[in-house]
Amino acid sequence: MDASQTPPNCFQDVILRLQAYWAAQGCAILQPYDMEVGAGTFHPATTLRALGPNHWAAAFVQPSRRPTDGRYGENPNRLQHYYQYQVIIKPSPPDFQDLYLGSLAAIGIDASMHDIRFVEDDWESPTLGAWGLGWEVWCDGMEVSQFTYFQQVGGHDCAPVAGELTYGLERLAMYVLGADHVMDMPFNDPASAIPLTYGDVFRQAEQEYSRWNFDQADTAMLFQHFEDAEAECGRILAAPADDPKTGRAIIMVQPAYDQCIKASHLFNLLDARGVISVTERQAYIGRVRALAKRCADAFLETEAGGKAA
Amino acid sequence: MPDLLIELLSEEIPARMQTRAADDLRRLVTEGLVEAGLTYAGAAGFATPRRLTLAVEGLLAASPAVREERKGPRADAPEQALQGFLRSTGLAKEDLEARETPKGEVWFAVIEKPGRPASEIVAEVLEATVRSFPWPKSMRWGSGGLRWVRPLHGILCVLSDEAGTEVVPLEIDGIAAGDRTVGHRFLAPDEFSVLNFDDYTTKLKKSKVILSAEERAEHIWADAESAAFAQGLEVVEDRGLLAEVAGLVEWPVVLMGAIDDGFLELPAEVLQTSMREHQKFFSIRNPKTGRIEKFVTVANTEAADEGATILAGNRKVLAARLSDAKFFWENDARAVRSHGLKGMAKPLEQVTFQHELGTQAERIARIAALAREIAPMVGADAGEAELAARVAKADLASEMVYEFPELQGVMGRYYAKVEGLSDAVAAACEEHYAPLGPSDTVPSQPVSVAVALADKVDMLTGFWAIDQKPTGSKDPFALRRAALGVIRIVLENDLSLSLDQFFDAGLLSHKIAINQPEAAAEDKEALNDILQDIAEHGVFGAAVRTIRGNVGEGFVADIVKAVPDKSLDLLEFFHDRLKVHLRGEGMRHDVIDAALEMPGSDDLLRVVHRARALQAVLETEDGENLVQGFRRANNILQQAEEADGVEYSYGPEVKLAEVDAERDLFKALDQARSKISKALETDDFSVAMGAMAELRGPIDGFFEAVQVNSENEILRRNRLNLLHLIRDTCGQVADLTRLEG
Repeated sequence: MDASQTPPNCFQDVILRLQAYWAAQGCAILQPYDMEVGAGTFHPATTLRALGPNHWAAAFVQPSRRPTDGRYGENPNRLQHYYQYQVIIKPSPPDFQDLYLGSLAAIGIDASMHDIRFVEDDWESPTLGAWGLGWEVWCDGMEVSQFTYFQQVGGHDCAPVAGELTYGLERLAMYVLGADHVMDMPFNDPASAIPLTYGDVFRQAEQEYSRWNFDQADTAMLFQHFEDAEAECGRILAAPADDPKTGRAIIMVQPAYDQCIKASHLFNLLDARGVISVTERQAYIGRVRALAKRCADAFLETEAGGKAA
Repeated sequence: MPDLLIELLSEEIPARMQTRAADDLRRLVTEGLVEAGLTYAGAAGFATPRRLTLAVEGLLAASPAVREERKGPRADAPEQALQGFLRSTGLAKEDLEARETPKGEVWFAVIEKPGRPASEIVAEVLEATVRSFPWPKSMRWGSGGLRWVRPLHGILCVLSDEAGTEVVPLEIDGIAAGDRTVGHRFLAPDEFSVLNFDDYTTKLKKSKVILSAEERAEHIWADAESAAFAQGLEVVEDRGLLAEVAGLVEWPVVLMGAIDDGFLELPAEVLQTSMREHQKFFSIRNPKTGRIEKFVTVANTEAADEGATILAGNRKVLAARLSDAKFFWENDARAVRSHGLKGMAKPLEQVTFQHELGTQAERIARIAALAREIAPMVGADAGEAELAARVAKADLASEMVYEFPELQGVMGRYYAKVEGLSDAVAAACEEHYAPLGPSDTVPSQPVSVAVALADKVDMLTGFWAIDQKPTGSKDPFALRRAALGVIRIVLENDLSLSLDQFFDAGLLSHKIAINQPEAAAEDKEALNDILQDIAEHGVFGAAVRTIRGNVGEGFVADIVKAVPDKSLDLLEFFHDRLKVHLRGEGMRHDVIDAALEMPGSDDLLRVVHRARALQAVLETEDGENLVQGFRRANNILQQAEEADGVEYSYGPEVKLAEVDAERDLFKALDQARSKISKALETDDFSVAMGAMAELRGPIDGFFEAVQVNSENEILRRNRLNLLHLIRDTCGQVADLTRLEG
């Protein structure tokens, strides 16, 4: 099972080993979704593919943005832009826990030396109308992954049930590599001709985005974009399935879902700007959830959603 | 007789659900077995993070055969009746017996139910139990339809006796029962088979699993204590955490580590809370300094390096957590040093307490005004009480309390000291929330008492003003707890307070605040006049004057007139809570009712003193007989008053007394009344009740010697007036007519 006897020596080594490990387990190694999302769960390969009867196995890195977590690159482990590693397998395999533990071994976490625990943590995404049961996985007292059996997405029961793993890559890699500050962590091989740290790659970006997220983002524009995304999502889904040009039935779920993702991220930006009051918050979350629900409903009408062609 | 062993092996069960689940498994399976006729000698349920186990001892090997006889219709009854009987018994006509009875020939059915082997019954009962198990939350997994708390992997189900072990044949959603299980996930993952419960626990232990949660907890506690003791330290007791941690490990390994020096200056409560909430660590205290210096973590495995890697990892995570806590502590302290707690409280102007009741800042202002006026009644300095109320909730706006809500009040105390405020004010920041539960300590410091009372009264009158009092099991704002808090503060501090004025004042100020924004201009002016009156004459005085004064008709009057009814309703709510509280102390409910009937029942201390005096006397023979005598006097008097349509309240005349017993009663009443009135001047209800109890002899003597309803109308009237005097005399501490008996 051990992919390599030597422990990883840099951030990208951790990622590459996870990619190799899950590829060996038969997962399709997808690339990140090309939109701003708050978590890997938003990737259509997770949210939409968790719906319907079709089997599915995928793994991918997903850059994730949490505007409120920006700390100008100064906090040792808080970032407004970070990476998640997602594994999604439907139906969840009976040895999913063992497969997961194998992935830890692949990145140098040896269960005979560490204390690995599955601690109750029920997952819920109010914006996606999704929930599942599972754990946060602790390694020596640190949360290294989220382990979830999806029960519902967009208000629909998941059958079969998808198993989802989310690794917080920076935190996990920092632990494996023994780095105390995320910016000091080697990004590529420290022995390379041009060794780069995480800070070399991202410190400046963290500063720039922190300023923009907290103080500069044009809130009137963001509110308008939210309205636009919401309207476009609704419009696309309301369009008749029959495409006059090709003469086929084409439901535009993914374009609509893109708008839902957009609305969700715009809400996060507005939240970071502190312009959404406590009472309005729930209303905005409810509006995004309504979009996610409609996308889920529509996906179930498509071939990928299990509808017979 | 065979023993039964069941183990349900799954992925990790949430710690908080394990104890209950082990108990449910035992209850549901044993109930099912008994219902099917399988009795047993004993049963015990166990839980670890991965397994639920049930051991049943001395089970019947088979359910007993049952023979049931049922009487049917007469032999000559219509065919329809016979068919109905056959349907209900499931028999054919030739199976029936016709028997001679006094009523003629009657059909009888004899139904024989053969016994069934235990394994058949166990299989049915276990499957039904698994399929309907009452998990607080359950899930599906893979492609299956079965629900369990987390994916279920294995079922071990065996019956064993001297002859051997038998696997109970059973399959649930593709999981077949067997006699095999596995050990610890990392230390002993191999499968093994078991013969019976003893064999099971022994092999589990060899496979690094301690089955019993109590045993795991004991083990953790003993190891933690000895590790601490070896270094002259002690473990901070935390039973909740111990139970939780025992549910996270199958093979507990206690590791003790040091907290980095840079964090030792943090308040002990901050260290403890951060370590418990985030890391599930026990705190290790130095008894000499009272400081938290180390931590204990409980690993689920024996590592090759004796846990050095695990401990190092845990220390690192803790350091990251405590850096956050230290950052909050330093930021908060800096904010307090530059702007004071009042400055810290500023953001509370933007925080809604409840949408009709305004912001936290508005609530704080009301509490401060009330605390100022309560202060002199509880021996506190008015200015100090007001200041304490103004700063007591400031920590709700601190970074530390935002992160750890359970530290509210505690941080206020620390930050008050940072600002250099008095010990009394600092203590009030923490204590004004108390008592939080029936066993929580009640504040006794005058400033804390004033703020605690003001806080709770504001809360209760606020929710009464907007008609949100608790109903049934719904009490989202914990108003019952707040009322009980007031009751305990008043009683345990011996405070004689008239609560009516608090209620009136609180309700009036809430009503004004709620209605003012939407009032018309001239009404606004009238409401402002009331507020002006409050500013000049204090909350209590102005509230009472306004409510009792002539407010005419219209908008303002409607607001003001609503107060007395609500005030009365709130007092009744307090009386109900008081009854519950006193019943918990063993007070008779009719005694409490008798005390509550007396005027001034908004002074709860007086109510309780009345009730205690009455209860004490009722426990004596004199007291009990006095009540009999009183009841007799009252009954005769009531009947006469009803029949005659008059009240016999003229003073009786001793010169009309006929016999000695009657004259004795006059004398005794005279003496008792003077003793009682003297005692009541100082609210000494015990002495007053004692004086009443002395009347028992004379009253008994009077009824023995004299007929009240004499033929002589003058004598009769005089005696009825005498009975009235008895009733009047005996009703001065409590309303004895409320006593049951």
